[in-house]
Amino acid sequence: MSGDVASLPPVVRVANRTTGRRRSATLWIGVVLVGIILVTALVSFVWLPYSPEDISGGRLAPPSAAHWAGTDKLGRDLLTQLIIGARIALEVGAGSVVLGGVIGLLLGLASAFAQRWLDDGLSAVLDVLIAFPTLLVAMLVVAASGASLGSAILAIGLAMSAVVARLTRILAKRVLSLDYITAARVSGTRWPGLVVQHVLPNIWPTVVVNLALQFGLAVLAEASLSYLGLGSPPPNASWGSILQQAQGTVLVAPIGAIAPGVLLVVLVIGVNLVADGLRDVGDPTRRRRS
Amino acid sequence: MTAPLLEVRDLGYTYRRDPALENVSFTVDRGQNLGIVGESGAGKTTLLRLLLGLTRPTTGGIDTDGVPFDAGDRAALRRHRTFAQAVFQDPYSSLDPRQNVGRIVSEPLRSLHLSTTGSETRTRVASALEAVGLPADAAERYPHEFSGGQRQRIAIARAIVPRPQLLVADEPVSALDLSTRVRIVELLSSLSIGGLTVVVVSHDLGTVAALCERTLVLERGRVVEQGPTAALLAAPEHPYTRKLLAAVPRLPRR
Repeated sequence: MSGDVASLPPVVRVANRTTGRRRSATLWIGVVLVGIILVTALVSFVWLPYSPEDISGGRLAPPSAAHWAGTDKLGRDLLTQLIIGARIALEVGAGSVVLGGVIGLLLGLASAFAQRWLDDGLSAVLDVLIAFPTLLVAMLVVAASGASLGSAILAIGLAMSAVVARLTRILAKRVLSLDYITAARVSGTRWPGLVVQHVLPNIWPTVVVNLALQFGLAVLAEASLSYLGLGSPPPNASWGSILQQAQGTVLVAPIGAIAPGVLLVVLVIGVNLVADGLRDVGDPTRRRRS
Repeated sequence: MTAPLLEVRDLGYTYRRDPALENVSFTVDRGQNLGIVGESGAGKTTLLRLLLGLTRPTTGGIDTDGVPFDAGDRAALRRHRTFAQAVFQDPYSSLDPRQNVGRIVSEPLRSLHLSTTGSETRTRVASALEAVGLPADAAERYPHEFSGGQRQRIAIARAIVPRPQLLVADEPVSALDLSTRVRIVELLSSLSIGGLTVVVVSHDLGTVAALCERTLVLERGRVVEQGPTAALLAAPEHPYTRKLLAAVPRLPRR
């Protein structure tokens, strides 16, 4: 036996210093971007420059010392609206991702484990859900519970859960067909252990990146819902509704159209960078081990 | 007269009206390694799944140590996990890439609650790694840091850590290059000297000849020939066995 040990080739370490550093930078930049929006949103709970109903600033005023970002066409302070919008964007994004993520993961895993007719049935339900327009789902939810931020989150989350479920199902099915799952069963691991120890860690990188993408889509979807009067009711304007209101006056007061767009981009990019960073930090094949 | 380690009686398995196995019977005595050979689709892998209790047979039964084994009975299945363990063909897909080697090897101990303390788990993992010829610090590393042969050693360590009596190996060396193959076969044969009985499925007659006292030939779900390996290879009786032997590549004579 000892001769056998001595003749083993040296263990190869696949790791690289530079890529490790770059990835931690990804996470760091993402945290800073999301952090800026998060701090802004938190500030809105304790302090706002003006009341959201205050229309004393005059219509479409340019940026000044009193109104840093100017005012909108009703004379409301734009900075106040943007700060409230940050809160709404985070609430919508986080709320619908949590809702859609949990329901989607559970449905997807159930479908992956299901046999024959149950799997076929669940897949058919998911296909129908995906084919169903989000706006229609939203209208149904709003019709049932009234226009509010909560029903917008519910509608967006439900629509998202179908997409997450289908992704989860296909990823989990692939993992379940691999030998290490058979090996785990032979090792006496039962299905809850299979899910927690093997399936989730292995599908997580793809799922988390997809959820980050869905976060951005959710914020945008809320903007369309607001436009139809199905989103957050006034005076709590979301970035989407600020954008849409500023559309007609973009040549007179461009900041109203630019600022919410820039903030939206910062948030979506930030969330995606955080997701990429989290994925890489959790991946042992990419992480440098000392 | 003690009962044989494993007795398979009239085993049959039908998948969607297609019989994958029919009337398979054989016994494995303690220390008498068995080789199962046959072409792809002959039912070798199905037979292993039945032996491991991953699937229930349609007909017939399996006795382990003289006791009938029912894969539908949870307690029996749990006992079976400490009786029979498995090594798979592809060491790249049989190890979870997100777990370190220590976690992979300790999985049977954790799932079957065989070890009560963390230090006992670590000791048993370390001794299993030593038994397969891997350094103790391998436990801290991840599968991607190892070569194919080393990964197969990790898989073997996981299989022997619950101290099974039977090791079922499904084509354990066919994914490896030739020099590594020899070492893994040596490792398996050294483990079988240490008291483990090995049932190995292979279409490589060389592996079977090196490792197994007895050989069984499967053709389309039926046993066509079985007997001591040396006798069987020297004088194959069934035409199918002769065909398998003739299919072994040899260097041309000069």
